[in-house]
Amino acid sequence: MFSVRRSIFAWSVSVLVKKMKRHLRLMVQVCFTALTNGYAAGFAKGTIYKGSTKMYCVPGLNCYSCPGALGSCPIGSFQAVVTSRDHIFSFYVVGFLLLFGAILGRFVCGWLCPFGLVQDLLHKIPFSKKWKKLPGDRVLRWLKYVVLMGFVVILPLVVVDIVGQGQPWFCKYICPSGTLFGGIPLIVSNPLLRSALSWLFAWKMLILVALVLLSVVVYRPFCRYLCPLGAVYSVFNPIALYRYRVNEAACTQCKTCQTACPMDIPVYQTPNSAECIRCGKCKAACPHQAIVSTLEKSKTPCQEKCGGMSLKK
Amino acid sequence: MNESQKKWIPIFLIVLGICFVVIGVWQQETADVFRKAVNICMECIGLG
Repeated sequence: MFSVRRSIFAWSVSVLVKKMKRHLRLMVQVCFTALTNGYAAGFAKGTIYKGSTKMYCVPGLNCYSCPGALGSCPIGSFQAVVTSRDHIFSFYVVGFLLLFGAILGRFVCGWLCPFGLVQDLLHKIPFSKKWKKLPGDRVLRWLKYVVLMGFVVILPLVVVDIVGQGQPWFCKYICPSGTLFGGIPLIVSNPLLRSALSWLFAWKMLILVALVLLSVVVYRPFCRYLCPLGAVYSVFNPIALYRYRVNEAACTQCKTCQTACPMDIPVYQTPNSAECIRCGKCKAACPHQAIVSTLEKSKTPCQEKCGGMSLKK
Repeated sequence: MNESQKKWIPIFLIVLGICFVVIGVWQQETADVFRKAVNICMECIGLG
């Protein structure tokens, strides 16, 4: 009787562990978003947090005007520094991005970005035909670099007013994260801000609604085509400490990884593609466990037989 | 570039990143970030 109970307990624990493993990324995304947006009073009062943690950046696209935000968005912070009269370059924000980029690359997009979480959840909504990518995907992917250079770096630095102050062009004209996490909750809870609505809010709502609808059909359209933070981290993907490796001896090029990849990356060819957000679906899907991260050791027999692997890094 | 050389790139970037953050803090860029972040950014939320 005792052994039956013990085996039932062991079975339930293993099922729970398996379930937790499957939802690990979602749990990390939710916990990190809650942790960095934990000022609940802001949502109730229609205000934002004003404590000292606001001087620190968070790794994901997280608007500092979100009522719950405890930290600052690196893209917003960069524009805040370069549009001030005292600086034309932000060592602080660039250094922060170098740090996170060099350690994690686009792992940040897949695991730590609140707007990425929103897009992930939207894509879970059932729809008759899901698209792997938009038409013109190859060209559209370059748009995020144009947004980064144009709206985050050049325009805020070049277009200045009479006292030499620029504008946060990306935050003002594009950022859907600011509209969703900052604009909507503040306008709902603060009547004073409601009276200040203008065409700009309508424009930003249009971008947000378009991206929300698109996210149901295509996986993470904002991350793929528009996000300047994703553009920054994508540069680090091939050289970051956290990378993927393909064990060429175990890989049969069956393309299961590409089929499983929501970003449609041929992982067996380019495990460190600039588009990879390190969701780990390719690793889980690979029937030969040929894809490993730099934190893991390959479990394939080749390692034992050959004493090493031929790895695509 | 061989693998051992490639291993040093992120290390170099991490050290560079730390140096940049220290320079930024020394130049009081955090004050600019803080000043912007503790006031509702009208542009960011779409109010102009």
